[in-house]
Parts: sequence; C-alpha cells; structure tokens
Amino acid sequence: MENAQFEPVVVAFCCHYCAYSAADLAGSMRLEYSPNVRIVRILCTGKVDTLHLLKAFEDGADAVYVAGCEEGSCHFQEGNLRAKMKVIQGKKLLQEIGLEPERLAMYNISASNSVLFAKAADEMTEIARKLGPNPLKKARGEVK
Amino acid sequence: MIVGERKTFEQIWDSIKDLKSVLILGCGTCVAVCQAGGEKEVGLLASELRMKSQLAGKDIKIGEATIERQCDREFFDSIKDKAREYDAILSMACGAGVQYTAEVLEPIRAIPALNTRFIGVTEQEGNWAERCRACGNCVLADYGGICPMTICAKSLVNGPCGGSKNGKCEAGQDKDCAWVLIYNRLKKQNRLGDLHKVLAVKDYSKQTHPGRYINEVYLKPKMEEKSA
Repeated sequence: MENAQFEPVVVAFCCHYCAYSAADLAGSMRLEYSPNVRIVRILCTGKVDTLHLLKAFEDGADAVYVAGCEEGSCHFQEGNLRAKMKVIQGKKLLQEIGLEPERLAMYNISASNSVLFAKAADEMTEIARKLGPNPLKKARGEVK
Repeated sequence: MIVGERKTFEQIWDSIKDLKSVLILGCGTCVAVCQAGGEKEVGLLASELRMKSQLAGKDIKIGEATIERQCDREFFDSIKDKAREYDAILSMACGAGVQYTAEVLEPIRAIPALNTRFIGVTEQEGNWAERCRACGNCVLADYGGICPMTICAKSLVNGPCGGSKNGKCEAGQDKDCAWVLIYNRLKKQNRLGDLHKVLAVKDYSKQTHPGRYINEVYLKPKMEEKSA
C-alpha cells in the first residue's frame, strides 16, 4: 500500500529521427501511453552520455530509457550503437552503487512504430512502479 | 601516453567512505586520452559517489575539478584554494600525478582512484596497448622500431626463445612473438642482414630508480658571481 500513491518519473531520451517521431505518430493515432514519461528530444542517441543517464537518476528519476533508431538505420551510422554501450555502462555503474540496473534500458523504435513507443513507455513505467521509488529519494526523505 | 585504469568502485568507496569531504581531481592529459581520469570520468565518479553517499546515509561533500596535468606544479595554482576546503583529494591521475598532488598540496591527503598500467598507444577506440617500458636506453633503431624489451614477455634482446610458435608467444596465444614481428619488419625494410650485427651489451644501469633527468639549458638561470 506504501506505493499506492507513487507515480513514477520516467525520463526518455528520444532520437529526433525515430523514437521522437514515433511519439508524434502515437499522438496523431490517439494511442494511449503512460503519462509518467518525460521526453528529452535529442538529435541522435549517440549524443547521450553515461553522465546524462546518471544525472537523471541523481535528480530523482525512477526509470530512464534511451530510444534510438533500429540497429543499422541510424542517420549518423552508429549513434544508436554507441548509445547501447552507454546504457550498458550506465547499468554497470548503477549496480556498483546499489541501484537496480533494471531502471535503465535501451529501446530501438523506428519512426513508424508508434505502437512500440507506447509499449516502451508503459513497460518502463511498470518497471519503475514494481521497483518502487528511486532509493535516492527515500534516502533524502523525499518519499516514504 | 601513460595508460591508467580506474580502480573498482568498491575500492574507491572504501578509501573515502569515512571522510567528510573529497575533491575528485582529474588530469587532463594522458589519463584523459585513455578515458580513465579526465574531466568526463571525474563527472561520472562524482555522480556515483554522491549517490552512494546518500544511499549509505552519509553526507560526504564531493567536489570536482580537473587540471591540465598533475605532473606539473604550475597547474595546481588554480585549485590550491579550493583544495583546502576538502579532507582529501581523490586523484584520477597516474601514480606520478597522485604523488605530486600529495607533495604540492601537502598536508592534504591524496588518494589514488586509478591503477597506472603502462606507457602505451591507442590501438583502437577503447583499446590501449603497452609499447614502452621506459628502460632508459632505447634500442628501437636496431630492431625495426619494435621493442623487444616491451613486446617480448621475457624482454629478450638477442632473438626468440624456444617458446615462439607460429608467430605467437608461449606466455599467451593472444601475444605476438616480438622476434617474429622484428624479423618481418626488418625483412620489409630490406635490413635482415642487420640481425647478424653484434650489438653492444645493453646498458641496464639506467633502470635504477628513482630516475632523474636534468637538461641544464632549461634550469633556472643564475647570475654569475663576480669576483672582488
């Protein structure tokens, strides 16, 4: 019951060319997806650094994901592959400090795949809900 | 460059967990290039330590700074005042940088965050390999630019041992036999005959340590004393 009132904050780093367009399409198609997701639009997921991912958690995000183009179709050749490695590193660093690595994920969503965009948003929100609030917020006394 | 590798987070946390404040000090030269201790790595470690500290119910003040080099006294000027506000410096430089940090900022403690590995090159992004053992008596001219002291597991300077097989070393199949590399390189340079040369015995005396090198031209100039 402790988490009955808990509404997770989920941050999504979305590539302008694919996942962000998929989010637009999801809107046009009136698809329903979790309102907990805060989208950060970026030119390419290759720009995402592990530091951005850690900072999001440090600032209280309950889950974070990076959504890039499908492998092989990055507009900048390998930005999404680089992002994948950053997510792997981020998961390792989260584990080192005692945060659940499941709170961080990588998705590959093409511009036409609004259904997958909505599914990813719901999936990550559900993971955050299951894991409960970011333990940092508990440690700071921001949540019970 | 000097290649470093970050210690495990557990080791770093153990070394600072009982302190009240720590300044993470990056080094902007060698270890920044090998992505172990530059500005970005300082940011990552600081973020990790801030979160760990909060999760552990501690309130450790974590500061961040990066200077151009920790092996040159002048670069410390910009952070000297800031450093005094902290219990210790967590240095992300090589061993030389950590020692100089402790010396220049005495009596503030300097704690290493990296293990210094070797002098090497970037073979690929994220892949560094040793190329020099700093033996103090370079023999590369005789060996086609391949260092038998470094690449040969036994540092043999007079040909391969019996453990060389199909160009690989008995110490590990991932290691090339330095002497096969040397042979092939000299062949390409049409210098195979050089292998018949009898070379002078290598002078190992330069390997005594601590080493010191003085170039008088650059020593601080002094006025000559005038005789009365």
